[in-house]
Amino acid sequence: MNNTTVVEVKNLTKVYKMGEMEVHALRGLNVKIQRGEVVSIMGPSGSGKSTLMNMLGCLDRSTSGEYYLDGESVAEMDDDQLADIRNRKVGFIFQGFNLLPRSTAITNVELPMRYGNSNNGRSRREAAIEALQSVGLGDRLDHRPNELSGGQQQRVAIARALVNNPSIIMADEPTGNLDSKSGDELMELLLNLNKERGTTLIIVTHDPEIAEHTQRVIHIRDGVVEKES
Amino acid sequence: MNFAQSFIEAIESLTANKMRSGLTMLGIIIGVAAVIAMLALGSGAQDSIIGEIEGIGTNLLFISTDNENVINPKPLTLADAEALDDPLQAPAVNAVAAAVQGAAEVSYSGESSVVTVIGVTPDYTQVQNMTVAEGEYLNDTHLTGQASVAILGANVAEELFGRANGIIGESVRISGQPFRVIGVLTAEGGSDFGSADDQVLVPLTTAQVRVHPQDTRGEVDTIYVSAISSEAVQDAITQVSNIMRERHHTEIGAEDFSIMSQQSMVDMMSTITGILTIFLGGVAGISLLVGGIGIMNIMLVSVVERTREIGLRKAMGAQRADILSQFLVESSLLSVIGGGIGILLGWAISALVGLIATASDFALNPVIGLDAVLMATLFSGAVGIFFGLYPANRAASLEPVEALRTD
Ligand SMILES: Nc1ncnc2c1ncn2[C@@H]1O[C@H](COP(=O)(O)OP(=O)(O)O)[C@@H](O)[C@H]1O
Ligand SMILES: [Mg+2]
Repeated sequence: MNNTTVVEVKNLTKVYKMGEMEVHALRGLNVKIQRGEVVSIMGPSGSGKSTLMNMLGCLDRSTSGEYYLDGESVAEMDDDQLADIRNRKVGFIFQGFNLLPRSTAITNVELPMRYGNSNNGRSRREAAIEALQSVGLGDRLDHRPNELSGGQQQRVAIARALVNNPSIIMADEPTGNLDSKSGDELMELLLNLNKERGTTLIIVTHDPEIAEHTQRVIHIRDGVVEKES
Repeated sequence: MNFAQSFIEAIESLTANKMRSGLTMLGIIIGVAAVIAMLALGSGAQDSIIGEIEGIGTNLLFISTDNENVINPKPLTLADAEALDDPLQAPAVNAVAAAVQGAAEVSYSGESSVVTVIGVTPDYTQVQNMTVAEGEYLNDTHLTGQASVAILGANVAEELFGRANGIIGESVRISGQPFRVIGVLTAEGGSDFGSADDQVLVPLTTAQVRVHPQDTRGEVDTIYVSAISSEAVQDAITQVSNIMRERHHTEIGAEDFSIMSQQSMVDMMSTITGILTIFLGGVAGISLLVGGIGIMNIMLVSVVERTREIGLRKAMGAQRADILSQFLVESSLLSVIGGGIGILLGWAISALVGLIATASDFALNPVIGLDAVLMATLFSGAVGIFFGLYPANRAASLEPVEALRTD
């Protein structure tokens, strides 16, 4: 596990304009995350966790500030460049799974490979099967989401997030829709993947129990880092 | 971007909602079928009309009075016709016939019918490519003697006598005057408008005195000229014009007669039927447009329904063009498949109409040209892309964060 910086955020601000009113969701936030780290982001509701997630995941552009992902400056990128960097460097795990409902597990996992040219010689199918096996779903390849439990669906989402070998995996409340047992299993799986593959994990949560599992916890309040532990 | 992938995904998405896809397609199917059927029937009608004109006789010229250029046109006369039959001044002319025509009542022992009675000179049958199935042709003796003789069209004979043979020598009444039947024309069949089957021929001089006396004084309605060959038609027109101008003392451009060649009639009719076909096709095209609006409508609904999916695809790295092509492929697939079915349906409809028309004696062979099929395919594809563009652009412009938030 080499200690290079994967995420570097300097003085990041995000202002949402709602007509006359301005909402300052991020107010000059600084954060640095090394490759292979497992970081959880905590904070009260409305503190700017999801906004920060969207910035780190290159889903949205900041109002000001700098963001380097794997050394690439994200702040000046246009929409298509952002799409490309999401495809290559970011894996997402959502609270609501967000699987394509009519597609099989394999097809869902193949989705990130459909955009961009990221299959290094291997066929997409092989890569998808391997990813599903690594999350313990080797026997559920052709199941559709409605034929899978919540925990299994979220594991499909994990396979999808890691199939392109991203620099970071972002998870926004990944256990929020799961019962505690499935939630624990899921956290275990994520931590194992981090250990085996060295994937950088950033988990947004308000569950202190989950935060306990991670090496580093970043507390956010009113759009700035309040403290780290 | 991967086209094969977009294609498969579009098929999957369309089959996931079969009812909706089918109904959306229906608009295009009806539109394309209407266009194809209209064009096919239009060109079928064009072909049969032109075929009939051409069947009248090749190399034919029609001369009639023209009062467009002059206020008091000199009427055409039998003497004009005789002057045109001049091998020295008009070597390109083969035969000349003059005719007066009008409707008259023809009767035989209680049966009667109002038909076109044409007073003609003996060469008329030759110029018009007519033959008698039975009996004899009109001759100069009939003409000079104002003989009360008649040649009946096949349908007229059928109507009066219940048969078309064995009636030579019978006496019929035309406008109340007795005429002796000397021949029956060979049936042409079909339902040609103004077909010779429904006509009666009498000597020109007899007609001028007894049948159509109101427009007589030696005047004729039409002079028919046949050229020696189809290549000689232009020469014949020039020669006939020269002779006629001299006889009528008119300048070039101020003629009181007009010469129509069969070719110019064919041209005129194909222009008229062509315009009609395009007009009908255009009206049918409007329904194709309505079908396109249906596609746009359903694609807009689909974009709203799939907002979250679009957000997810964007989060996974889909670029603007990926989303754009996904929806465009879907909409054009809808319209092109609809177009294909529409072509088949249009073909079936026009074939059916053609059969019905033929069964009711109007020879109509619907023609589905490759150009019509190509046009329908291209047009429906264009409709799909055009009406898919706006919804697809909406989808492609969605902000990933916003799209992911909706439910
Ligand atoms: N799209 C938006 N438009 C306007 N205000 C927003 C938008 N997204 C978030 N906000 C505001 O920004 C602040 C931070 O929101 P968020 O990042 O969602 O907080 P958290 O995820 O920590 O609950 C909140 O006050 C929220 O109301
Ligand atoms: Mg949140």
